[in-house]
Amino acid sequence: MNNIKYIFKKEVGSYFNSPMAYIFLVIFAIVNSFFFTNIFFKINQSDLRTLFNIIPLVYLFFIPAICMSLIAKENNSGTMEVLTTLPITDKELVLGKFLSALFLIFVGLLFTFIQFYTLIQTGTDIDYGAIFTGYLGLFLLGAVYSSIGIFASSISKDQIVAFIIGVFLVLIFYLMDKTILLFTPPFMASFIQYLAVDYHLANISRGVIDSRNIIYFLSIISFFLFMTIRLLESRKWK
Amino acid sequence: MIKVDKLIKNYGNFEAVKNISFEVNDGEILGFLGANGAGKSTTLKVMTGYLSPTFGNVHVDDLNIADHPIEIQKKIGYLPELNPLYSDMIVYDVLKFTASMRGIIGTHFNDALDRVVSDCTLNSVIHKKVSECSKGFKQRIGLASAMIHDPEILILDEPVSGLDPNQIIEIRSLIKRIGKEKIVIMSSHILQEIQATVDRIIIINQGEIVADGSPDKLVSSGKGINKLELEINDSTIKDTRLIEKEIEGLRISDISRNKGVVKVLIEYDHELDLRSDIFKYAVKMNWTLLKMNPITENLEGIFRDLTS
Repeated sequence: MNNIKYIFKKEVGSYFNSPMAYIFLVIFAIVNSFFFTNIFFKINQSDLRTLFNIIPLVYLFFIPAICMSLIAKENNSGTMEVLTTLPITDKELVLGKFLSALFLIFVGLLFTFIQFYTLIQTGTDIDYGAIFTGYLGLFLLGAVYSSIGIFASSISKDQIVAFIIGVFLVLIFYLMDKTILLFTPPFMASFIQYLAVDYHLANISRGVIDSRNIIYFLSIISFFLFMTIRLLESRKWK
Repeated sequence: MIKVDKLIKNYGNFEAVKNISFEVNDGEILGFLGANGAGKSTTLKVMTGYLSPTFGNVHVDDLNIADHPIEIQKKIGYLPELNPLYSDMIVYDVLKFTASMRGIIGTHFNDALDRVVSDCTLNSVIHKKVSECSKGFKQRIGLASAMIHDPEILILDEPVSGLDPNQIIEIRSLIKRIGKEKIVIMSSHILQEIQATVDRIIIINQGEIVADGSPDKLVSSGKGINKLELEINDSTIKDTRLIEKEIEGLRISDISRNKGVVKVLIEYDHELDLRSDIFKYAVKMNWTLLKMNPITENLEGIFRDLTS
């Protein structure tokens, strides 16, 4: 457990000691604010649905970007050899790195409290429950995309390649119930819909916390983290 | 004690290490020699748990690396080849991170930091970014990270590359001091460095051990041949060549004449000592013997013979 904490601290330190975290947070806040204010004042509704619709789109590029270096950089610079010969398991290493990406996303979501505050000041009859579950959904979505991003980062030593693979994989999950469903035979439709991340996010965003949705998010996260750990272990047998 | 037992490591179809076995005892400094691609680094990587053996095992005391990698990694300090470091971190943070991963925190960390900073002379760079340090300092930062937990076993892959002669002498004395009680395994391409530092040398060629022994033993065993360099006045090349027929077991490997002096390089088997026969023959032939110099084989020659 301590090892996860130290890896987490190192990664968070490396985010904030470089321009990476600041660029991410500032652009994340600007992009969200821009689209939010453009729509929010026109539709006359006291909710954050506008924001909750934008963030998944912004995530598509931002999360692969913050995850691309997590493993690829260590492999490329050779520091993976130092790290993995310390008394630490590959599982602890991957979890520490995953949590650091999650922390950055969490801080990014804190910046959207500006929009939340705007809503409190201007709105009436605010459904705080739906806002809470909306944020929970965004956080879980961020966790799913981070697990995909860290997996992509373990595939290639090149950060740019890792980013492209990450965006590609994340897009598949994002578009599954929008585009891929159109080309799917009817008997597979419900299965594809179940795999689509949007389907589960929509349920949570409506204010319904269904264990099926939570299990879906946790399963996808576990699957990609497990695959990352296996890929990392495969260095031993190359 | 480390025991490497019938270690084989393949990369796909390529056999990097072929059935290597050896033991290293506490208080022993072992030098790994070998040409590039001979399998030195691969062996060290298996010993540290970075790679898994294709066959065979590595035991540290009663533990084996396949079943107890974490316990073994706690005992080992490792400086990999090319010394990879987190270049965007402050030197202090690098050492603090490594120490915390080794469970050294609080006052224990302060003590450990004082020790490695003093041993590796890092005072002047401790608050600098790693990327701003010179190559020599980077090497010593890597060494300090490897030693932060005062390990029982220190595995150093090319520890002195990038260091200037003064730093090399400092690191050599540090390694010797550590090696009095603990196990140090180091690889190097600098043969003089290995010869000056280690108690025992293992030479690896194409994944196999071709020599194992103390530097003196390896040098004295050589190819099993004694060499003598002679300079003779008052003779010709033709007359000098006759010595081969007159003295049994003697071979001339090189001969030349310059300004009336014949220079001859003579070889004979390790068990023989033909120096008095040569002297007596020179007297008999009325030669003036200007020089009779035994040529001792050095480690470089041994290395070349065994690995070429």
